[in-house]
Amino acid sequence: MSEEEKYILQVKDLHTSFFTDNGEVQAVNGVNFNLKAGETMGIVGESGSGKSVTAYSIMQILAETGRVTQGEVLFNGENILKWPEKKLQKFRGEKISIIFQDPMTSLNPVFSIGWQLIEAIRLHTNKTKKEAWDRAVEMLTLVGVNEPEARMKQYPFELSGGMRQRIMIAMSLCCEPDVLIADEPTTALDVTIQAQILELMKDLQKRLGMAIIIVTHDLGVIASMCDEIMVMYGGRVCERGSADDIFYRPAHEYTKGLLRSIPRADNMKEKLIPIGGTPINMLNLPQGCAFCPRCANAMEICLREKPDEIKVGEGHRAACFMNVKEAFEEKEEA
Amino acid sequence: MAEEKLKKRAFLSSQIDLSKFNAKDFEKATDEEKRQQDVMGESTTFFKDGMRRLRKNPLAMASIVVLIIIIAIAIVAPHICPYSYSSIITVDGRRDKGATDLEPMQWSELEAQYMEKTGKKLFPHIFGTDSMGRDYFIRVVYGTRVSLLVGIVAAVMVLIIGLIYGSIAGYFGGTVDLIMMRIVDVIYSLPDMLIIILLSVVLQERLTPLIKGTSLAKLGANMISMFIVFALLYWVGMARLVRGQILQIKNNEYVLAAKSIGTPNGRILRKHIIPNCLSIIIITTALQIPSAIFTESYLSFIGLGVSLPLTSLGSLANDARAAMQTYPLRLVIPAVVISLIVLAFNLLGDGLRDAFDTKLN
Amino acid sequence: MAKYIVKRLIMAVVAFIAVSAITFFVMNLIPGGPFTSEKAMTKEVIATLTKRYGLDKPIGVQYLNYMGNFLRGDWGVSLKTQREIWPDLQSRFGVSARLGLSALAIATVFGVIFGSISALTRNKWPDRLLVVLTTLGTAIPSFVLATLLMLLFCMQLNLLPIWDVHHPNYILPIISLAVYPMAYITRLTKTSMLDALNQDYITTAKAKGVPESKIIFVHALRNALIPVVTYLGPEVAYIITGSMVVESIFTIPGMGTMFVQSINDRDYPYIMAVTIFLAMLMIIANLITDIVYKIIDPRITFD
Repeated sequence: MSEEEKYILQVKDLHTSFFTDNGEVQAVNGVNFNLKAGETMGIVGESGSGKSVTAYSIMQILAETGRVTQGEVLFNGENILKWPEKKLQKFRGEKISIIFQDPMTSLNPVFSIGWQLIEAIRLHTNKTKKEAWDRAVEMLTLVGVNEPEARMKQYPFELSGGMRQRIMIAMSLCCEPDVLIADEPTTALDVTIQAQILELMKDLQKRLGMAIIIVTHDLGVIASMCDEIMVMYGGRVCERGSADDIFYRPAHEYTKGLLRSIPRADNMKEKLIPIGGTPINMLNLPQGCAFCPRCANAMEICLREKPDEIKVGEGHRAACFMNVKEAFEEKEEA
Repeated sequence: MAEEKLKKRAFLSSQIDLSKFNAKDFEKATDEEKRQQDVMGESTTFFKDGMRRLRKNPLAMASIVVLIIIIAIAIVAPHICPYSYSSIITVDGRRDKGATDLEPMQWSELEAQYMEKTGKKLFPHIFGTDSMGRDYFIRVVYGTRVSLLVGIVAAVMVLIIGLIYGSIAGYFGGTVDLIMMRIVDVIYSLPDMLIIILLSVVLQERLTPLIKGTSLAKLGANMISMFIVFALLYWVGMARLVRGQILQIKNNEYVLAAKSIGTPNGRILRKHIIPNCLSIIIITTALQIPSAIFTESYLSFIGLGVSLPLTSLGSLANDARAAMQTYPLRLVIPAVVISLIVLAFNLLGDGLRDAFDTKLN
Repeated sequence: MAKYIVKRLIMAVVAFIAVSAITFFVMNLIPGGPFTSEKAMTKEVIATLTKRYGLDKPIGVQYLNYMGNFLRGDWGVSLKTQREIWPDLQSRFGVSARLGLSALAIATVFGVIFGSISALTRNKWPDRLLVVLTTLGTAIPSFVLATLLMLLFCMQLNLLPIWDVHHPNYILPIISLAVYPMAYITRLTKTSMLDALNQDYITTAKAKGVPESKIIFVHALRNALIPVVTYLGPEVAYIITGSMVVESIFTIPGMGTMFVQSINDRDYPYIMAVTIFLAMLMIIANLITDIVYKIIDPRITFD
């Protein structure tokens, strides 16, 4: 098996833009990553960092104005961006599924839960209505919905947010996809429900063996779940590595700032330091590093050039000139 | 620790081609330089932003031009055009019986003789004359005046009544709101056009003797009953809208925030509530005008509109039906003017909505 | 569902009582009341009328009396023709109903189709064309359209015959009635369709692998139809009032023509009976609207 084939999903130099009345919004600017079957990857970033757009680009479910302008998305080695719409329809829901941030709005209000589940099942299998019904009930039981038979006949507005998110999960997993993308799956939920949903996802991954991409702005959510974490800012990857790398050996100024700004149970005495400034305007990206206007340690070169990702440890890479500076100082000293 | 750092540096320098950097690259950037990188989106006020969007909408701008032209003609034309909307054309103090059914820009025999005799040029009959020998252009101008007046008066009445009623219901809430809104529901469920017809029929009977001899008589019982009906029925939509807006804004976080820092009620009303529902109220008022003009022309058409000798566009169209085969222009002109006015107001209202209703953007 | 229908039914009955009462009492504001004309009447005629409508009794009793008769099909006598009103209207109602229902069906079906096309081809030529047409369609009053159509097709071009009893020609009257609501529904459908297509649940459907056509015609359209359904009631009201002038213009022997005629004749019993009857139709239309609304949108509860 070659190196390439080991990966279920590969994203290479992905660029996605939205063409609005005010100009081109470059939401994603050259994202690369590889995902192995059964692995969990986290994408972290603030709003506007391009993390959700990356997920939507993979599914090819961008809004009308959005378009992938450059790069490849390889599923089992095949570039899905070249696939015709028919093939993509087969792919969505069957091979890759997604669950969204707001379970309040992501279920269709005028159809029953059962109708929506059965539709998802029958789109990708040859099951009869009866078989699909049974499968739907089975899935609801699996995601821990009580009285699944009764729920099937209910409408989304009759259920709580946590319940709806469970139903979304059931719907996305009913065809046993290879990859599950969770776009801020817990953001809209109560804290206690958040933990339940994450626990459920972990549990289902163990049973069904799919790979998971969790997109979130909350580092805490993914700390315990992910094999690899990717930190994004301004449509680019700043840093990637294991949870330990990111939390204990951050090598990008943005990641460092992010960690300083969140409270941590093991370090309650340290003062929290917010990142100054505002998120960048995606219509006018800075010429150099996207983070430099807000970076406390920005250097002359940061203003002019975009930093490349540099390996800073085994499986740990960061795109920050601070690392180059360290190397440069080493050379100077030598 | 220091040793570890050294190891890391060695690891880094092994992958980077350092020759392209110099020491200056790694000097700290100043705040000023950093700020220059941070190109912010242009910040504008809500009003400026809306006006910019409105100016970019060619249909809305064209509508404004058309409306200004129509209103200007309606105001100015009676001062320039020497003919009267209500009486037969006179030449040299004599009634011109031959001036009926003239084609546009045509003069009657008597007028032609007069012009030849005196060498003076008479004002042309731009749209010709009607079957009673009245200048049709000036009649259309007066009809336009009446139709516009009805539209604007109705819109203002709806605005005032709806605004007051809706604000009270929305501001006080609770039982007051409940009772006031039940009344609105009842009025809303009435078939409005039927009630208008009914009230017009009845009010005519009651009002005609009442207003006889007063200045209101010139307006006519029909017109007054039409206004009464607008005032009775048409405000409910506006009241609902205003109440809904106020309730919605009242419960918004920013109003709660303002309240929690002790902002007085008056300031909340001025600074938060009114600016936030102003645009939608203005838009709805603008769209009320064509709807009232529609209703007026409809009522005039079925014989319940303005009374003689006053005229409106609807009644002009109705009068022209009898001879529409021979003089189709007399029907087409008022029809086109009504449609033009309604079209312009609709397009302007749509344009305002697109430009100012932030919820749609 | 049954509970909802019963509640709406009660509301409809209350509304009908309110409208009929308002109509009756407003008509009684006319000097001499609605049943007697200004013309001198013989003693016998007045005596018959008094007996028939209970004119010597208090107004409340008169109302109950009138409504009792009305529901039994006794709508009184026309002042103008001295004929019973109900039998006279029955035949006219058939003509008007055929005209009105055709216009209603055409306006609704084509409005939804055009609206969907407009939403799906947004900012391309079919949408732009439809925007122009619907803007014109909502700016031309039905009576103006009716007269202009008649002028053009019947008189100038001689393409279609003017209505007569032996050769009823419904095409132009139906067009005149249907254009405004059709244009309105087109705009309504377009707006709500675009709104629906922007919702998260559409992204969910896409992510599930639902084919594009099914997303539009099942997932989005079902939601987009909700505002259209709520317009059904006002649409019926518009068509009923519109048909009065359109029928008069095309001289169609329907209820509308007679209603306008009776207004001009000041034939009060006729005006009153027709008003109450039309109000009843509109209330029934509203009732049906509410029931369809409930079927299409499960979130609706009574309050």
